[in-house]
Amino acid sequence: MAEAVRFHFDVDGNNFTMAGQASVEVKKSLRQLGISPETIRRVSVAMYEGEINMVIHAGGGTADVLVYENFIEIILADEGPGISNLELAMQEGFSTAPDNVRSLGFGAGMGLPNMKRYTDSMDIETALGKGTKITMRVNF
Amino acid sequence: MTVSELKNKLALNVISMPDGEREVTGCYIGDLLSWVMGAASSGDAWITIMSNINIVAVAALCDTAAIILAEGVTVDENVKKTAEEKGINLLSSEKSAFILATELAECVA
Repeated sequence: MAEAVRFHFDVDGNNFTMAGQASVEVKKSLRQLGISPETIRRVSVAMYEGEINMVIHAGGGTADVLVYENFIEIILADEGPGISNLELAMQEGFSTAPDNVRSLGFGAGMGLPNMKRYTDSMDIETALGKGTKITMRVNF
Repeated sequence: MTVSELKNKLALNVISMPDGEREVTGCYIGDLLSWVMGAASSGDAWITIMSNINIVAVAALCDTAAIILAEGVTVDENVKKTAEEKGINLLSSEKSAFILATELAECVA
């Protein structure tokens, strides 16, 4: 496999106004690499949802985007509380986000379902009290 | 119809319009940002009453043609500045989302 182009971001856990910066940066970089708009949209929306999740639930984390020859991998890792019931978390409309987050227009329970919808594969490793690592892949 | 033409036609207020020549091809209405991200299409005018800074990121990621704030909603200076920096058209109106959408439908049909 050819060497991937890698982008790394630290996601600030306490800053909703900064959330999305990494996704918008990635969007710009992917455009420069000549990736198609539809693929860019899928990658950047999935990543943004993940970023928001890390801000809401995990006190931040890291986001890595690796661009290979025919797919893009997004790895989101945090040291937050973990996801106690993954099946529930994957249901559209289920959310544990607090009210202040909802008033900003988040916490609709669409984050993980959107991430799954927009990617070709999504793998979640989570451990209570230790953190969560999500690896998503978008083929193109 | 371009964003600039739409602005004149619907008498919208301009908060930020770095790309007035952008073509508007549809419309989406919604305030839950994740929902909007899952459903809005590239080229849509996105009508919302949500006014925090994250709308700029959502519009950028969805590649909407413009955000239209309904019902007289206003934004902070910071949101205006970020929209300008990120090339996001941000307009506003006193009208409701419903009225805006019916007027918009005549323009993009």
